[in-house]
Amino acid sequence: MRKRNSLKYLSVMTWLTVPLLLSGCGSALMDPSGPVGQGLKSLIITAFGLMLIVVIPVIVMTILFAWKYRGTNLAAKYTPNWEHSNVIELFVWAIPCVIILFLGILTWQTSHSYDPHKPIASADETMTIDAISLDWKWLFIYPEQGIATVNELAMPVNTPVHFRVTSGTVMNSFMIPNLGSQIYAMAGMNNDVYLEGSEIGTFRGRSTHYSGEGFSEMLFDAHVTSQADFQAWVDKVKQSPDTMMFPDDYNKLAQPTIGAPVQYFSQVSPDFYGDLIRSYKSGHGGPQSHGEHNQAQEPSMPMSAQAAE
Amino acid sequence: MFGKLSLDSIPYHEPIIMVTATVIGIVGALVVGLITYYRKWGYLWRDWITSIDHKKIGIMYFLVALVMLVRGFADAIMMRTQQAIAAGGAEGYLPPHHYDQIFTAHGVIMIFFVAMPMVIGLMNLVVPLQIGARDVAFPFMNNVSFWLFAAGVILVNISLVVGEFAKTGWLAYAPLSELQYSPDVGVDYWIWSLQISGIGTTLTGINFFVTILKMRTKGMTLFRMPIFTWTALCTNVLIILSFPILTATIALLTLDRYLGMHFFTNDMGGSQMMYVNLIWAWGHPEVYILILPAFGVFSEVISTFTKKRLFGYKTMVWATVAITFLSFIVWLHHFFTMGAGANVNAFFGITTMIIAIPTGVKIFNWLFTMYRGRLEFTTPVLWTIGFIITFTLGGMTGVMLAVPGANFVLHNSLFVIAHFHNVIIGGVVFGMLAGFTYWFPKAFGFTLSEKWGKRSFWCWLVGFYMAFMPLYALSFFGAMRRMQSYEQTEWQPLMIVAWVGAVIIALGIACIVIQLVVSIRDREKNRDVTGDPWDARTLEWSTSSPPPNYNFAHLPEVHSIDSYWEMKQQPGGFKRELSTHFEDVHMPKNTNEGPILGLFSLIFGFALVWHIWWLVAVGAIGMFVTFMVRIHNDDVDYHIPAAEVEKTEREYHKRLEMQA
Repeated sequence: MRKRNSLKYLSVMTWLTVPLLLSGCGSALMDPSGPVGQGLKSLIITAFGLMLIVVIPVIVMTILFAWKYRGTNLAAKYTPNWEHSNVIELFVWAIPCVIILFLGILTWQTSHSYDPHKPIASADETMTIDAISLDWKWLFIYPEQGIATVNELAMPVNTPVHFRVTSGTVMNSFMIPNLGSQIYAMAGMNNDVYLEGSEIGTFRGRSTHYSGEGFSEMLFDAHVTSQADFQAWVDKVKQSPDTMMFPDDYNKLAQPTIGAPVQYFSQVSPDFYGDLIRSYKSGHGGPQSHGEHNQAQEPSMPMSAQAAE
Repeated sequence: MFGKLSLDSIPYHEPIIMVTATVIGIVGALVVGLITYYRKWGYLWRDWITSIDHKKIGIMYFLVALVMLVRGFADAIMMRTQQAIAAGGAEGYLPPHHYDQIFTAHGVIMIFFVAMPMVIGLMNLVVPLQIGARDVAFPFMNNVSFWLFAAGVILVNISLVVGEFAKTGWLAYAPLSELQYSPDVGVDYWIWSLQISGIGTTLTGINFFVTILKMRTKGMTLFRMPIFTWTALCTNVLIILSFPILTATIALLTLDRYLGMHFFTNDMGGSQMMYVNLIWAWGHPEVYILILPAFGVFSEVISTFTKKRLFGYKTMVWATVAITFLSFIVWLHHFFTMGAGANVNAFFGITTMIIAIPTGVKIFNWLFTMYRGRLEFTTPVLWTIGFIITFTLGGMTGVMLAVPGANFVLHNSLFVIAHFHNVIIGGVVFGMLAGFTYWFPKAFGFTLSEKWGKRSFWCWLVGFYMAFMPLYALSFFGAMRRMQSYEQTEWQPLMIVAWVGAVIIALGIACIVIQLVVSIRDREKNRDVTGDPWDARTLEWSTSSPPPNYNFAHLPEVHSIDSYWEMKQQPGGFKRELSTHFEDVHMPKNTNEGPILGLFSLIFGFALVWHIWWLVAVGAIGMFVTFMVRIHNDDVDYHIPAAEVEKTEREYHKRLEMQA
């Protein structure tokens, strides 16, 4: 009985998928280390569970009907001209409608409660970090501390962080999977996402949106630290002899590199983030010429923040 | 003289490309040699290349699609191999500049040059027969569509050896695809291959829209059309409405790249967000262009092989129409993470979920078609059952992605890759392969080997689950799409499982090739003289296989859905009686202009890629002159004399009687 075996195999295959999906436990998304990630984890599980209400019966019915009404089973009822039933039609429309109604309500609510632009309610004051995607590295500016880093991020535990996100190159997406939501980084655009780390630890962050040759190595460490360790880290950065002034230092850094090392800058120009965004609104291609990218274009003029106003 | 093109444009230093090119060269030379040896060039030119016969055009589309499936799959297995190796600091065997071209080419080829021609090929073969027509509304345009598509295919394949392909991902998001960040010719190949084949697709959409609305046989009202024709109608509406968006978007990108404009650049007021919106305003309807005809195939297959009417025909039609409409108001779900406000995201999330309702209804209707039927487990039925289960899972992960909150962590991850392969392999590929097995005997007059068809199905099914379930799991660990390498060695075991899955799919493809070879070898044994090997229900099965070039000696008259089934249910049954009276049949003539136009469009595209301006002029003038020659040619049709029709029909009846 080949047919019988094939059908059994089909159901086995289906069940094999479930543990694979559940194997996400202990992973970045299923074991998150921040309130946003935790909320989204339960949202994913809820949505998944709601849909199983209809998905499991469909799979069971498919196998059951195909088996029971197989051509060789002459004992089964056969109604060649039966093509309509109001009761069945009612159910096949109503069941998906009800599920989607619930999911729709869930979607409306969570789209608002987990809006990346929405500040995280907390007793602690929210701090601001600017994340700027470059070819192919991340520049982080701490406007409140007056420091900057490349490919390393530190943030105090249990403190909401307002990440302002933009790009000095093509589109990227800023994400620390263990903490939660991602957001696109786009040149000339001021995007933002609020995240918070609730556990001390080091998490891998990355660009998730393909951006060219060095994309796979556009990674950084995000250290969620105690308040004291954060202060120590800031002091360490402040020891650096390097500065990050717009546009001169920036132009040097923005040259394409792959797998750039961690760098610290003890000083940044005031409103670095704003200057960078405004430089795209001025009519020229960013603050500088993009090295090898620029072969085919006339060199654009470096321009001061003042001229960009 | 040759623009940017020089001998250095050929990547001699890439052994993989050079070996591939050599193999293609040898196989190509062999094919050309054989055709020359057997003196088949005249036959090919007269009977295929210049043919306006929708059946032959359909077969050519499907053949090209199968060849390109092998090319696209070669890209797939190279990517899987790279990811199975490149863990924990290992670089693998593909450097980024090569890997990035491969994933771009894989997406472009699989969507535009495999899935689309499969869908269009099946529509060509089946739709005119299902509606009882002798050809499509614009037969010449149909030939032009095919050759424009073929020019696009050739251009993409030239990019393998001359220059390079885009390194931007299959949708060439700006500003990465702008000159500043992609100064090489890769994006230009992308632009011109999609522009040329895209115009062919738009013309096909218009052609079939008019064919279905205007050329139905007597008595075939809209609500008596076979379900496949209904899905084809909706798909063509989607093509007509969405492909011009793609053409316009690519044209704007072209202006940026060729004339220094700033539609999508970072500076000078360009808007990359506009590009992303526009490309998905086409891109989302596109996936429904592919899946709706697959839904149509499953409906025909399940009803034929359960020997039962389709449950809820009207519901099926309205569900299809609803999906057609809804597919235009969901595009933003491809970029919830761009940062639109919560209201906008919620709106598009919910409209996306609403599509799950008519889709769910369709799935239930297929189930209730099986209910109280007599299901015969043929290869097309296996594809259908595999589809229902796989597609249901894929639909579920799709709805998960449609929840903006969940999307904020799943977007850009392997979850997305697993999801759309889940619906495109489980839906479109399974559907097209079901249609291939189902309608093959109509096109060629003999059935395909069931044994190899079933083996292919099991390889594809098992291979799919092994290749893509690990990707769902990996996405929860933070694995992203388009990674050339990754640090985490703990991801490697699942990547290797995925690679094994891809190898099993390769066996599935091999089974299809063997199935074709074995079936052609045994064609006399598998011959179907009746024209109706499955005891099926719709008009295409009422004529002989393969049908004569005029399809029907007498245009059939229709009184119900499943009209051919009804004819067979008449007291005494349906008999192919030889009519006593034949009439001249008015038919379109073959055309030389179609392939010539295609050739000039290929020259035009290639010259634009390399900035060879005199050759651009040659291409453009060539296309214009060919077009002028065509429109001043009044000798485009002829009549098959009644005597010849009678002779053909008599011969067929002789064969029928001999078999009886």
